[in-house]
Amino acid sequence: MSSGQVVKRVKYKATVKDPGTPGVLRLTQEKFVFKPNDPTSNNKLDVEFRFIKSHKHTKEGSGKPPWLNLTHAQGSYIFELESFADLHVCRELVGIALSKHVQGEATKVISEEQLSSAEMTLRIKLLQEDSKLQTLHKELVASGKLTESEFWATKKKLLDQDESRKLKQRIGFKNSLIFDTKPMSDGRINQVKFQLTPEIKYQIFALKPAVHQAFLNFVPSKMNEVDFWNKYFKAEYLHSTKNAVAAAAEAAEDEDLAVFLKDDEILEIEARKKVRRVDPTLDMEADQGDDYTHLPDHGIFRDGSKEISEAQNSLYKRTLLQDLNRQGAVVLEGKTLDMEMEHPRTVAEILARRKQKSDEVVGDEERQNRISKMTPIEDLQAQDDHHYAPLCIKDPRDYFDFQQANAVKTLDDSQPGMEQMTCSLGSEEAYGSLMSAISKIQATGLRDPLFSPDVALKVLHGLTKNISSTKYHLGKTSQESVLDILPNTTKEKLLDHWVCSQELLRHFWSSYPVTTQNLVNKTRRLKDSISQIYSKLEEIKVSASSDLRHQVSLVVHPMQQALDAALLHYDADIKKRNARGSKKSNGYV
Amino acid sequence: MPSAPSKIYADDVSLLVVTLDTNPFFWATFPFPFAEFLSQVLAFLNSILLLGQLNQVIVIATGCNSCAYVYDSSSERNHGATTGTMPALYSNLLHNINEFLARDRQLDAIRKPGTVPSSLLSGSLSMALCYIQRAFRLEPMPPQPRILCLQGAADGPEQYVAIMNAIFSAQRSMVPIDSCYIGSNNSAFLQQASYITSGIYYKPPQLDGLYQYLSTVFATDLHSRTFLRLPKSVGVDFRASCFCHKRTIDMGFVCSVCLSIFCEHHDKCSTCGSVFGQAQPDASAANRKRKA
Repeated sequence: MSSGQVVKRVKYKATVKDPGTPGVLRLTQEKFVFKPNDPTSNNKLDVEFRFIKSHKHTKEGSGKPPWLNLTHAQGSYIFELESFADLHVCRELVGIALSKHVQGEATKVISEEQLSSAEMTLRIKLLQEDSKLQTLHKELVASGKLTESEFWATKKKLLDQDESRKLKQRIGFKNSLIFDTKPMSDGRINQVKFQLTPEIKYQIFALKPAVHQAFLNFVPSKMNEVDFWNKYFKAEYLHSTKNAVAAAAEAAEDEDLAVFLKDDEILEIEARKKVRRVDPTLDMEADQGDDYTHLPDHGIFRDGSKEISEAQNSLYKRTLLQDLNRQGAVVLEGKTLDMEMEHPRTVAEILARRKQKSDEVVGDEERQNRISKMTPIEDLQAQDDHHYAPLCIKDPRDYFDFQQANAVKTLDDSQPGMEQMTCSLGSEEAYGSLMSAISKIQATGLRDPLFSPDVALKVLHGLTKNISSTKYHLGKTSQESVLDILPNTTKEKLLDHWVCSQELLRHFWSSYPVTTQNLVNKTRRLKDSISQIYSKLEEIKVSASSDLRHQVSLVVHPMQQALDAALLHYDADIKKRNARGSKKSNGYV
Repeated sequence: MPSAPSKIYADDVSLLVVTLDTNPFFWATFPFPFAEFLSQVLAFLNSILLLGQLNQVIVIATGCNSCAYVYDSSSERNHGATTGTMPALYSNLLHNINEFLARDRQLDAIRKPGTVPSSLLSGSLSMALCYIQRAFRLEPMPPQPRILCLQGAADGPEQYVAIMNAIFSAQRSMVPIDSCYIGSNNSAFLQQASYITSGIYYKPPQLDGLYQYLSTVFATDLHSRTFLRLPKSVGVDFRASCFCHKRTIDMGFVCSVCLSIFCEHHDKCSTCGSVFGQAQPDASAANRKRKA
């Protein structure tokens, strides 16, 4: 396999019934070439593996000759090999070659699709699913207000979300006990047959680490795969005959066989590890004393027999309980591997690697943590009341209400923020005047009355004037939304405009500060569409019937304010940049 | 640490901590005389105490060099009878402010003539919070605390970090900061303080009626506030000060690690020491966050 080329004598069959053309099959990782022995035959083949879709082969012991079947688009090539050993060699190479091609193709396809069609279909799907998004898309992109990529740039989250949804469910193990792989006997000859599929092999590896280990140790070096499985099933058979004595005898004769017959050591180590992971406050040994299932008459042995075998033979005995537990554990662990289970050797290797990794994770440290977490006795602990003040994150709408008055004000930079007060007095004089004021009160006492009734009236008027204003309260509770008062068409139009203006504003503000010509163009484009929406809102306000006009304007007002802020900022920014630009050019000229 | 949310407060009893701006440079330039201001405030403090026998008032003077507790209604000394012209509250408070001013004057450093130094609001806020924390620990059922800032001088941007820290600690212990700003512009610090701690920010337009504003707006205890429609603040100035030059800025650079704010690009964050990559013209633009 390492040479990457296999040459075998085969018979090529165009169909299953075809008697076959004898010849030589030369397999490499890229292609396979068949040359018939008879040079006049026109059954020559030279096919690259990328045209091959899959491969099948006959099973050993199925009664059929060793056939290798390579499926292509129009049909299949069938090769009859001389022996199953040859078939295995060919099969492995074909498997590797095919997987290479499949992978190569897949990665190529993905990289292409990232740019175009996959993304495109996703976008289309999103638009189809969400009619609101669709109208928004139509409104903004179709009319040229935003480019396609700009529109989707802010919708990245949607796109990502969809990606994660695609994660498909993994197929787990079959829930049947493979320990029960019962031998089939036709009753006529003294021979038993076991069914063995890649699936079962994989399951055996997962369930029985010792078999797995043995496979890794023995298979290419000491024996071939067929022998290995023969040995394994011999051991299985001995188990199933429930003859512990016979099993012990066989094990003594054949040390390889003993591996399968003895209790799985790795399993035991694992079991011990698991016991350590149990809540340390739990005394397992004490519990075992309470447990009566291990007593002879209550134990459920695999065969239900109640005879107690000698201690040395019990080594070769397995209980149904053990099997059940192991099966349960493996099923819960789930399949760790998603691949075609064609090459038992590679499966075994990959499985071993996975195992190592997962074992490393669960270390001693975790056990330490567990102990420290479990051992303290609750009654003796100080109360665990680390109170955390809840995060006080303000409602964004609230935040907007509070800052927008200022935001609009400060946008215009011509208005100075805070004029610095000047104080010509020295510190001596300043402190002196303050202290004299205090001594003045000390001397004369408070004024009586404190202030005139006129002032009091003014203050009262000022304080109560705005209380009846509904500005901040209408439409804020979900029960009585202003929108519900409005007729449906107006309401929908308003909502559409709202969504649209939000989208535009998001794009608008995110393009500041303007650094490139591209952004200059974008802001200009956005500004134009913002002013369009602004005038549309104005129209709605005007067209509303007189009794609703107030409500409509209340709803429209904040929208217009937000748009106003954007327009103001655009103008101010243009002015600023022009000023800066002219200054610079003056300086250079 | 006892946490505020689980606190059981004494019913209907307020602990009012008042910070009083005694910045002499501000009052020397401000058209409204300090004597007038102080007498209205004194009347207000008195009425708080009259509202409930168990109410407690603390006054902290906010100078421009130091801060000090100038009055505590719970201390024995302040329960004396009327001394001649005025109640013990007034005479003690006035006496203490006088002493405080004398001490504050001695601390006065040489400053640039012609400018009004800012008052140490961060210091008095911290002292107020300290007092409230002590009250939490002393009594099983402490009175409901709140802070009232009577501030006149303009914000000192150099105190930004300290003040924000005080604000957040007040928010965490659920102490509302009310602010009555009497200066000529609005105070961004106090607006933010009241907004974040859900207190009231109010700038009385008619200073000669100050007492009435104080008694109608700020005398209300936390429980009754839920039933009242108190003045809403028109807008909050959320602008921050940069950490490097203490300037109030509209836009700035924010450290991606510790969220420190800077007005210009630095190679290294002065707060947490994170080293920033070379600023590309585009990258720096992207990093520039709008704070207003």
